[in-house]
Amino acid sequence: MDIPYTVEVRRDTGLTNGKIGIWLFLASEVMLFGALFASYILIRVGAPTWPRGDTILDVPLATFNTIVLIASSVTMVMAWASLMRHRFGTFRIYMGATILLGLTFLVVKYFEYSHHLHLGEYPRTNNFLAIYYTLTGLHMLHVFGGMVVNAYFWGPGAKLWKTNPVWFTNRVEHSGLFWHFVDLVWIFLFPTLYLL
Amino acid sequence: MMSDHAADITSDHAVDIDKHVRIYITVFVALMVLTVVTVAISYLDLSTPIAVTVALIVALVKGSLVACYFMHLISEKKLIYAVLALTAAFFVALLALPVVTHSNGFWIAE
Repeated sequence: MDIPYTVEVRRDTGLTNGKIGIWLFLASEVMLFGALFASYILIRVGAPTWPRGDTILDVPLATFNTIVLIASSVTMVMAWASLMRHRFGTFRIYMGATILLGLTFLVVKYFEYSHHLHLGEYPRTNNFLAIYYTLTGLHMLHVFGGMVVNAYFWGPGAKLWKTNPVWFTNRVEHSGLFWHFVDLVWIFLFPTLYLL
Repeated sequence: MMSDHAADITSDHAVDIDKHVRIYITVFVALMVLTVVTVAISYLDLSTPIAVTVALIVALVKGSLVACYFMHLISEKKLIYAVLALTAAFFVALLALPVVTHSNGFWIAE
């Protein structure tokens, strides 16, 4: 049986089921990160002293990663726009760039983590590092998850373009919504952890 | 050729997309500038409450740009807005919880 309302919109909602699905999922993601942000506030407000992030963390490296992630959001939306303009070849270039930028983010994060671990700065060391590893670790998992989905649409999943281009375009849009959400979370994580 | 299969997407839509692409580039430049502003502000000798407020305002502007233009929330259907309004209400309640519990004698007295 075919999945209903993947291409045509439902009359009652005016949306495809996939679109509603991804937004409901993102709503649950807001609550997940919201709970962790609330924990961060609670721990920070309750602590007698709290270090400024820039005294422990590498701000230039995180700034570079911020630029990388924002650039990846642009390439992601351009990948979708390429499909809307019927340019599959351009889609492949932009989607490939998005995946590579995601990989760059993770590699930079690997060096950042390695540096801290080498200095003996573990999650158990203090509350600041505990919340830093928890929030950035969860965010990294999201980047990795998004990359896996994007790589699928860049590679084997792109076969759908031949048979049902509108459905494929919708899928890329939904994957993009997740990717932009991951970017959005980092926009708040960066000043919260690194600069304040 | 693969692109020939995308016949369902109309040429009118393609013209709209050209407009959108120009907006995406503008938003990208704005986000880059705001990232520099975020870092620059951190070098100013501001008190913690002011620094937090300013940093969060800049982050809110950046986040809004991403949500409105990259995630197309500026022209979404009502149901999506309804879902997000409900989410925002619970999110604010979640963030308010630490503040409420921290103020002695309000909801939770020590």
